Amino acid sequence: MKRTTLTALLMASSILGTAGIAIAQGKTLTIESWRNDDLAIWQEKLIPAFEAKNPGIKVTFAPSAPTEYNAALNAKLDAGSAGDLITCRPFDASLELFNKGQLADLTDLPGMENFSDVAKSAWTTDDGKATFCVPMASVIHGFIYNQDAFDQLGIKPPATEAEFFEMLEKIKADGNYIPMAMGTKDLWEAATMGYQNIGPNYWHGEEGRLALIKGEQKLTDPQWVEPFATLAKWKPYLGDGFEAQSYPDSQNLFTLGRAAIYPAGSWEISVFNTQADFKMGAFPPPVKQAGDTCYISDHNDIGIGLNAKSANADAAKTFLSWAASPEFATIYANALPGFFSLSSAPVKMEDPLAQEFVSWRETCKPTIRSTYQILSRGTPNLENETWVASANVINGTETPEAAAKKLQEGLDSWYKPAK
Amino acid sequence: MAVDIPHRRRTRWHIAVFLAPAVLVYTAVMILPLFGTLQLSLFTADDQSRVFAGLDNFRRLFFDPRWSATFWNALWNNTWFFIIHMLVQNPIGIALAAILSSPRLRFSAAYRTVIFVPTILSFVIVGFAFKLILSPLWGVAPNLLDLVGLKSLFTPWLGKEEYALTTLGLISVWQFVGIPMMLIYAALLSIPDEVVEAAECDGITGMAQFWKIKLPLILPSIGIISILTFVGNFNAFDLIYAAQGALAGPNYSTDILGTFLYRTFFGFQLQTGDPYMGSTIASMMFFIILAGVCVYLFVVQTRLRRYQF
Repeated sequence: MKRTTLTALLMASSILGTAGIAIAQGKTLTIESWRNDDLAIWQEKLIPAFEAKNPGIKVTFAPSAPTEYNAALNAKLDAGSAGDLITCRPFDASLELFNKGQLADLTDLPGMENFSDVAKSAWTTDDGKATFCVPMASVIHGFIYNQDAFDQLGIKPPATEAEFFEMLEKIKADGNYIPMAMGTKDLWEAATMGYQNIGPNYWHGEEGRLALIKGEQKLTDPQWVEPFATLAKWKPYLGDGFEAQSYPDSQNLFTLGRAAIYPAGSWEISVFNTQADFKMGAFPPPVKQAGDTCYISDHNDIGIGLNAKSANADAAKTFLSWAASPEFATIYANALPGFFSLSSAPVKMEDPLAQEFVSWRETCKPTIRSTYQILSRGTPNLENETWVASANVINGTETPEAAAKKLQEGLDSWYKPAK
Repeated sequence: MAVDIPHRRRTRWHIAVFLAPAVLVYTAVMILPLFGTLQLSLFTADDQSRVFAGLDNFRRLFFDPRWSATFWNALWNNTWFFIIHMLVQNPIGIALAAILSSPRLRFSAAYRTVIFVPTILSFVIVGFAFKLILSPLWGVAPNLLDLVGLKSLFTPWLGKEEYALTTLGLISVWQFVGIPMMLIYAALLSIPDEVVEAAECDGITGMAQFWKIKLPLILPSIGIISILTFVGNFNAFDLIYAAQGALAGPNYSTDILGTFLYRTFFGFQLQTGDPYMGSTIASMMFFIILAGVCVYLFVVQTRLRRYQF
C-alpha cells in the first residue's frame, strides 16, 4: 500500500514537475548524448554559461550509456519522445537519421560559417549540399613522447621519416626504453594509431581520401601502399611480444615510463596527464622529405543536431548557434583536453600537450580517417579490414602489397564509385 | 476415480498437464526462435523492407569467394578446436577419473573439487586471467619459463597466427576438463563390485583391468561426452570473444562459427549488422550440429553395446 502511494506520488511529481518547469521557464531543451562521462562538464560549465546569456531557456543534459545510445535514440525518435538536441555520431549513423527526416537541416544555421568543409564532412550529405549537425569536437593523431627519456638520450622530435627511424634506432641501441609502445593484439591500434596516423602524409590528406571515394585512386596505388611499408618497418622497435600486447598494455607501458614514444590519438591526453609522472611532448607524423607539406588526421568525433520534431526548434537553434561559437569551443576544449573544437576560430587551451597537438592545424593540412566516409558502408567493411591488414603487416605475416590488394578487392566487391 | 469407469480406456489428461509447462517454455524459448532464425535466413533486406530471397543467402555464403573463404576458415578452425578437445580434454578427463576412482588415492574429494572448479568460472574471467598469465609484458608465463631455463620457448602465443587457436583450445580444455572427469567418474563408480571382483579372481588387475573391464563398460558415457563436446564446441563463442575480440585476430586465425555469426548478425565497429546473413550462418551452425548429432545417434549409439546388471 505504502509503496503504491509512493510510486503514484513520484510519478505525479515527475509529470507535474516537468510540466511546471516548462510553464514557468517557457522553454526547456533536452540534450540526448552518449557522453555520460561529460555530465559534470555540461552541468557545471557549459549549461550555466549558456543559460546566463539566454535567460528563459533551460537546458537539461540527459546522457545514456555509449553502447546503448544508438538503439535508444532510434527508439525514442521513432516514438517521438526524443530530446530537442541530439548528439551526433559521425558519418553514416547520423546520415541515416537525417535521411529518415529525424534530424533537421542546419545548413543555414547562423554560426555554421565557423566550420570548414572538412569539419562538417562527418555530418554532411554525400553530395555536400546539406549539413545536419554542428561539429563539436575532433581527435588528432600524432606521437606523444616521454620528455625525460628524450632529454636523457639527447634526442629531439623528428621532422622527417629518416630522422624518425634514426631516433628509434638510437633509443633501441641505448636499451633503457622500449622505442615505441604499440601492440597488434587489439588490431585497431595498428590501424588507427598506425595507418591512419602516418598515412595522410602519403596520400596527401583530403586529396587522396576524396580521390579514393571518387574511384580515381586505388588502395593499391603507391601512396596507399607506402604507409603499410613504413608500418612494417616499425616492427623491430615495438616491445617484446607486441603481437599479444593489448591497448591498455600499451598505455601502461608508456605511462609507467618504460616506453619512449606512444603513437597516439589526442583522447589519451587527459588519461596520460593523470597517470604519467614525467613531462610529455608530442610531434606530428614525420614527413618524407624535409619541407614537404605535412598532413594530420583531425578526425571528427562528436557533433550536435536538432530533432526535426522538436517543439522548441527556435530555442534549440539559439543553442546550436551558441554551440557553434568560439565561446563554447573554448569551454569545451579546456574541459576535455584532447577533444578539440572543430571551429575555425582559434581556441585558447591551457593544457600544453593539447596546445601542441592543436598547433599542428596551423602548419599541417587536416583530413579525416580515410575509411570512415562512405567506404565502410558495405561488406566487407573497409575500416574493419584495415584493422586486420595493418596488424598483419606489422606482424610481418603479410606484405604491404598483398594487404593493399586484399583491401582493394574487398572494396571493389561492393563499392562502385559514382561517376 | 478409476473405479467409476472400469472398462473404458481413459484419456490420460495428467500426462498432457504435466508435460505442458516444459513443452510451452521449451517451445517459446527454443523452438520458435529456432524456426524464426531458419525463416529469417530465407529473407533479405531491400532498402528498408524485408523481401523473400529463397536460398540466395546460402548461395552467397557458399559461392561468394569472400563469404565462403571466411565460412570455411571458421568451420576449419571450429573443427580444429573440436579436435583439440577430443584429443586432449577427453583422454585427460578419463585418466583423471580413473585415477580418482582408485580406492588407494587419498584426498580424492579435494582433487575432484579443485579440478571441477574452473568449469563454473565465467568465460570472461578465464579469458582475462589467461590473457594476463600469457602476457609477454606482465604475465607469469615468461618468468616461470625463465626459472627453468626455457625462456627461449616463450612466444606471445595469443598474438601469433599459428599458435593462437591451439592456445585458446588448451585454455578451454583447462576450464572444462572437469566435466568429462565427473561423468566418467560417475560411470566408473556405477560398475558393480562383483564384476571387478570376478575380474580379480581371473587375475586381471591394474591397467589390464581398466582396459579390458572398465573401459568397455564406460564406452556409452564416453560417447555422450563426445557428443556434448561436439555440440559445445560448435556453439562456442564466449572464450574467443573475451580473449581475442569480435574480429578473432590475428588475421581471423581464431575465428570460429560463433564469432563469425556474432560479427555478421550484430555488426562490429563501422560494420552494421546483417540479421539475414547472420541467420544464414546460424542456420548452418544448426545443420552442422544436427548432422553431427544424427551421425552419433544413428551410427554410433546403436552399435554401442550396453551391459545390464
